Amino acid sequence: MSFPQPKPEVPQLPQNLLRTIDCQQGAVRAVRFNADGNYLLSCGSDKSLKLWSVSRGTLLKTYSGHGYEVLDADGSYDNSQLCSCSSDKTVILWDVATGQVTRKLRGHAGKVNCVQFNEEATVILSGSIDGTVRCWDTRSRKFDPIQILDEAQDGVSSLKVSEHELLTGSVDGRVRRYDLRMGQLHVDFINSPITCVCFSADGQCTLTSSLDSTVRLLDKSTGEMLGEYTGHKMKGYKLDCCLSSKDTHVLSCSEDGHVYCWDLVEGSLMLKLPVGKAVVQSLSFHPSETRLLTAMEGRVQVWGAEPEETEEEVVVVQQEKA
Amino acid sequence: STWFWSTEIRDVVRYYEPLRKPVPLYEQTVKDEKGRYQRFHGAFTGGFSAGYFNTVGTKEGWTPATFVSSRQQKAGRQNARPEDFMDEEDLGDHGIAPRQITTTADFASGRKDVIRDKARAITSLSAPIPGDTVLEDLVAPARSSMGVELLRKMGWKDGQGVGPRVKRRLCKQRADSATRAFGSASPPNGSSESQDEEDGEFVPENVTFAPKDVTPIDFTPKVDLHGLGYRGLNPLAALRGGPGAGHINLFTMDSDRTNSLFGEDRKGQRRRGGVAGQGFGVGAMEDDDEDIYHRDIMSNYDTVLGGEEPGNGLYGWTAPQQYNRKKKDAAYLGKILEGFTLASDKLETKTIFPPPNLPRDFRPVHYFRPVVDLSSVSPMVAQALQTSRGHMAQEEPSKGGRHQLDSAQRRELLGEATLQGADCSLYSSETCRHNKMSLLNPSRFAPHAEQQQQEALSVWSGPTAQAQTGQTFKPFERTPHKQARYDLYIDQLKQGDRDALELSLDPTMTEWERGRERDEFVRAALLYKPSSSSLSCRFTRGKQDDGVEADTVEVTRDQENDVDDKQAAVKMKMFGKLTRDTFEWHPDNLLCKRFNIPDPYPGSGFVGMPKVKRDKFSVFNFLTVSESPTASASPAPQGNKQSVPLYPDTFYLKCYREEFQSVGALTFIVYYQIYSLFNLITRLN
Repeated sequence: MSFPQPKPEVPQLPQNLLRTIDCQQGAVRAVRFNADGNYLLSCGSDKSLKLWSVSRGTLLKTYSGHGYEVLDADGSYDNSQLCSCSSDKTVILWDVATGQVTRKLRGHAGKVNCVQFNEEATVILSGSIDGTVRCWDTRSRKFDPIQILDEAQDGVSSLKVSEHELLTGSVDGRVRRYDLRMGQLHVDFINSPITCVCFSADGQCTLTSSLDSTVRLLDKSTGEMLGEYTGHKMKGYKLDCCLSSKDTHVLSCSEDGHVYCWDLVEGSLMLKLPVGKAVVQSLSFHPSETRLLTAMEGRVQVWGAEPEETEEEVVVVQQEKA
Repeated sequence: STWFWSTEIRDVVRYYEPLRKPVPLYEQTVKDEKGRYQRFHGAFTGGFSAGYFNTVGTKEGWTPATFVSSRQQKAGRQNARPEDFMDEEDLGDHGIAPRQITTTADFASGRKDVIRDKARAITSLSAPIPGDTVLEDLVAPARSSMGVELLRKMGWKDGQGVGPRVKRRLCKQRADSATRAFGSASPPNGSSESQDEEDGEFVPENVTFAPKDVTPIDFTPKVDLHGLGYRGLNPLAALRGGPGAGHINLFTMDSDRTNSLFGEDRKGQRRRGGVAGQGFGVGAMEDDDEDIYHRDIMSNYDTVLGGEEPGNGLYGWTAPQQYNRKKKDAAYLGKILEGFTLASDKLETKTIFPPPNLPRDFRPVHYFRPVVDLSSVSPMVAQALQTSRGHMAQEEPSKGGRHQLDSAQRRELLGEATLQGADCSLYSSETCRHNKMSLLNPSRFAPHAEQQQQEALSVWSGPTAQAQTGQTFKPFERTPHKQARYDLYIDQLKQGDRDALELSLDPTMTEWERGRERDEFVRAALLYKPSSSSLSCRFTRGKQDDGVEADTVEVTRDQENDVDDKQAAVKMKMFGKLTRDTFEWHPDNLLCKRFNIPDPYPGSGFVGMPKVKRDKFSVFNFLTVSESPTASASPAPQGNKQSVPLYPDTFYLKCYREEFQSVGALTFIVYYQIYSLFNLITRLN
């Protein structure tokens, strides 16, 4: 007797606002999940970087050391280090527990837009408005980058790192994918300044959002467009886009105060989250669950699939029983 | 008792103790076991402690021994031992009569006195009765261990060896000992039939003898600095009289020195123990008559080190030695040096390799080869010279022989395996090597002009030369006519024209001038030929000194396709081949390590995209061009020249970006690939 196959899960959307966190950091320029999704990093325009607990919404630590607005941050896989970049042209490597600056990496000629660790947190990659991507070594004590990638002809607005690849999006309208294993550079021409790039979870596609209010899904190997998602407004600001944890949906910020969510395959708009009135600056999806972070003005919103109320109800019922 | 009061003595053990604070004077006190302060009387003269609180004896004072003797009870003999007058302190560890616990003689081990036992053992072998220390047994009770007792009970006698009985003739113990042993063999066990005679030569059959005892070997190491076998002065022999009385000879080669040390009398020895000599006279009981009128003879004082005989003892004997060799007893030899014996293995002999056998006609004179240009002599001579060098292969004269080989060629010749890794030899191309050679040795090998022409032709008409766009070196810039002719020559070389040289010369020039120009052109063509693409990636041309501004820029080798096409494709949403470009990109080796992936280009020396040198032209040189998408104005480096004509339809545009460090500033420089590029340059300048 064989058991019936489990029913495929209906993909869930993070449509319920679970929590709003007032960061007190000025404007939140970027909000990021850490590697396991339990913590939240918020980069503020008051030059501070804050670490929060997602489930409780409590502030855990504040990291100060930048000289100007913090534009992006990333956590290492073991949650021991953070890296952040700022408009003061520096990239800082933090120790999480002590809050100390481990390294202050100078070298960029302009504000650093994006920063990320590689998988083993041995390299920090940062892209800047000066058109270069610099690879910094966290292991050695040198302050020079290992390599400078200067193929971009205008500022680098966004970058993502995978096991052996580096994806950069530049204002010159090109998505550059550096394949370290093959030793190749693939350039995809998009024709409008790119605001955000990201890999898909299966590593077959790349998602790019550009200033022509279009989010495109491109095939990694051939460069063909697999999907195009429109409806949102992205005309002047660098806003984030992402894929859901299981690559079922495409999400993007918008300047009209909403977060748009499309079905990846069909391209139809599934959800329009009403975040607020102002521009939704940044968003980040949980690595495994259906949970979304959005940043608008000075607040961070946590969205989930299950509404917050049901959890409270469960608590109440148990108390009554007792 | 005496105490030594001094500062703390630091011996080796206490050296590593942690330092303690110095004890102040008032705490430097000594208390005995009862807590009484010790007072040291006579401290400067050794000190003594005076009894009980500086009194004697006990609290009651020193109690003298009572002496009672009455008629009924006589007093016993009062034997006062010194210990009676000593107190505990004297009997303690540091007293004058310290007590120790020792084992009694019954329970003590047999190794009480090692030296004495050894002496007894050695004497016992050579004593009158072997193994029997008669004299000492009389003097003191000989305590033998249980093992010895057991052996005796089993039939062993002192002086015998232990083991199975052997069937051989017992060697004479001492060949030249004065007193012969009684019978040369110990009597067999329980057998009285074989009573040996005195001569000992006749050995009855069916007789077994006890094995010979082992001579106890002296294992004491040599810790002094004397020579081997040195024993120093024998006091007995010194005081004894004798034939050499009055003069001690330390250098006798006697083998019986042990005997003389341990008291065996030789025949004719004078009195023992005492002193003898002419000055001491002879006693009435003595047997021997001392020579009263002993005269000292000078021969007593004649001692020659190394023997008296001059020479080697052969006295001129030059015949083969086997007739003169003295047979030495092996055992005798072994006793020359005490503690040493003949070795069983031979010493290793060194292998000597004889010098090579010279041929009959070998003359040890070397004539250096004459420096001869191989091409200017007859081929027979050249052949002879080549073979005389020892080369089997006929190499081209231009190759320069074995001194001009590079490592790759040498490897081929030797038949070695190629090294793993990139061949970074700069001179991998043949022409490079030849070029170098010709540059280095202009005087030695003055190549023929025709040869050079051939080379120039081969170099310039090759594929690399064709690929090279634009000539970057103009050797005759100063004279435009000459330059023009040179350029023509280069053109024709590129086309593979064999008469390039002749055609490009100016017919109006004199013959001599033409000849000179010919040579110049050829040399210039060879010296400044286009380099192969692999080299050009590694080298950049330096700026020229004569003030001509640099007109080349380093740009990436692989360029993107046309932007317009791409834009059109994007508009049509035809992503894919039209919008994608793929380039070769070299990651840094350390970056690959950090990403834990193998380096895709392990041997490449550069990082990033491969770059080549390209001529750089500002768009403002060509004012008639209208399609220049320049963003910002950059000053024309060369001003407004006369308008440049004509771009044939085959020309096409490429955009390059020149890198600037400043943020956001971009200047596009238009580069035109022009077929007759050098003509244009001359017109501009």
